[in-house]
Amino acid sequence: MIGILKRITREPLGLIGLSLVVLMLVSALLAGLIAPYDPIELAIIDRLQAPSANHLLGTDQLGRDLFSRVLYGGQVALKVALVSIGAALGIGVLLGMIAGFGPRWLDNFIMLFFDTIRSFPTVMFALATVALVGPSLETVIAVIIVTTIPNYGRVVRTQTLSIKSNEFIKAERAMGASTTRMLGVHVLPNVMGPLMILASMDIPTVIALEAGLSFLGMGVKPPTPSWGSILNDGFGLIRNTPWPIIAGSIPLVLITLGFTFLGESLRDQIDPKLRRNL
Amino acid sequence: MLLYLLKRVALGLAIVMLAVTLLFCMIHLVPGDPARILLGPRATPELIASMSARMGLDQPLPIQILKFFGNLLRGDLGMDVITNRPVAETVFSQLPYTLWLILSAISFAALIGIPLGCYSALHRNTLIDRITGILSVACITVPAFVVALYSLLIFAVTLNWFPAVGAGEKGNFWSQAQHLVLPAIAIGLSWIGYLARLVRASMLEVMGENHIRTARAYGLPERIVVYRYALKLAILPTITVIGVGMGFLLSAALFTEIVFARPGIGKLIYDSITTRNYPVVMGSVLISTVLFVVSTTLSDLINAWLDPRIRSSL
Repeated sequence: MIGILKRITREPLGLIGLSLVVLMLVSALLAGLIAPYDPIELAIIDRLQAPSANHLLGTDQLGRDLFSRVLYGGQVALKVALVSIGAALGIGVLLGMIAGFGPRWLDNFIMLFFDTIRSFPTVMFALATVALVGPSLETVIAVIIVTTIPNYGRVVRTQTLSIKSNEFIKAERAMGASTTRMLGVHVLPNVMGPLMILASMDIPTVIALEAGLSFLGMGVKPPTPSWGSILNDGFGLIRNTPWPIIAGSIPLVLITLGFTFLGESLRDQIDPKLRRNL
Repeated sequence: MLLYLLKRVALGLAIVMLAVTLLFCMIHLVPGDPARILLGPRATPELIASMSARMGLDQPLPIQILKFFGNLLRGDLGMDVITNRPVAETVFSQLPYTLWLILSAISFAALIGIPLGCYSALHRNTLIDRITGILSVACITVPAFVVALYSLLIFAVTLNWFPAVGAGEKGNFWSQAQHLVLPAIAIGLSWIGYLARLVRASMLEVMGENHIRTARAYGLPERIVVYRYALKLAILPTITVIGVGMGFLLSAALFTEIVFARPGIGKLIYDSITTRNYPVVMGSVLISTVLFVVSTTLSDLINAWLDPRIRSSL
């Protein structure tokens, strides 16, 4: 692990990616210490200020400090990304293994389930769900989990199928090894590499999706700060001030870039075969 | 090939039916009566009952689903409970706007992305290739709605070069084209990066193949080898990628339509969700799912037509 980190930092893009990701993690975790103001405290008298020494990114229409809101918004993004990717990974691995190792009918059933989920454009699925259940961060997380499961499930299934037909698996089975042992000892370690790469590439997508839904007013409820809701405020004020849009988009763009660069560099280090000509 | 086609179409139909059933179950499972939510807290029980009947929600779930499919076969998507117009009419009046938007975004992306990828592949590992590579990744990662917001802020609000809202006057081509520029760029930007990377990778692969070496050995000019033989093969994967990417395109279109207040299927879904107009939600989500399934199926079929190995795997 440390070896991989060292190799990543030797590449300029990997280093940039890792720095951006670390910067985000630190600023989100320490938001309470760094933020100069309360992110939801109103100060109407200070409304719509341009960036200054007092307010590094300016203030919004209610006089709230945008820099503090951006820092706390990082916590929301981080929470959504980690919880949803973690859960989707767990369920995806389980379903993928069941599909790959189980009977044919179960495999077909699980694959049809995956295909059905993937047949909804993610945002439409999310909007339909939010329309029914009502907007909340939990709904967003649940939607992301459901729509990301097939990404991991498919990879695990393919890998399980290809390992299943190997001679050594047949030999183990003949010696009486349990299915759990075969999946845990042979299949899981083989899929971990590709899954980690996939997960790190999915994080920026998930963060962007959360921001997008909050931008539409379908994510976090006000006054909780989220990068998407800051952008939504900025959209409403676009003819008065550009600062909320700039404040909300900078962290979003930096973090998606950071995770993508890190993911690409991780892919090159863990699995050079995947690199091909890219 | 015919068998593969039938199987693939059957699978597509099954997916659409399952998706609709899933949506119905979700509406049914959710606590609270949709009719009550639509009408608000002060509605009388009689009003709620009559609205429930109009939305078709007063019958058992299996009957609702069967009825929906039955009506669907006759091209009837139900009635819009707010405007009292057929849902199909509303959806199909909005669909062309979205299709034009997606088409112009993809054409714009292809026009820049494909030559860029081709150039990068032919000048591999040069400075320009590296810069293109980094820019491509940057283009891919920036969410479409952020690009839409910035293009609105810079080119419409600040510089006033392009109109900010709407889709232009009906029948006036110039006005419609002007209104299409910024939204198309907002959606197309990430696809420039995507296509450039894809074309570069597949171009490098094709350039190493035997028939290209043979063409070179025959002394054909490099221009002909590159453009007539290599590029022709190298852009094939883009067709399938665009097919599979329809979902992303539709999602990006939704955000862009909202930012630019453009009519279209995405804006229709958003508006019907905010007004809790369930029949329109069902109809428009169904149509976009069908669009998505049709485009993935088509790209699969094109793939199978080009590569016989895929046909045997289904």
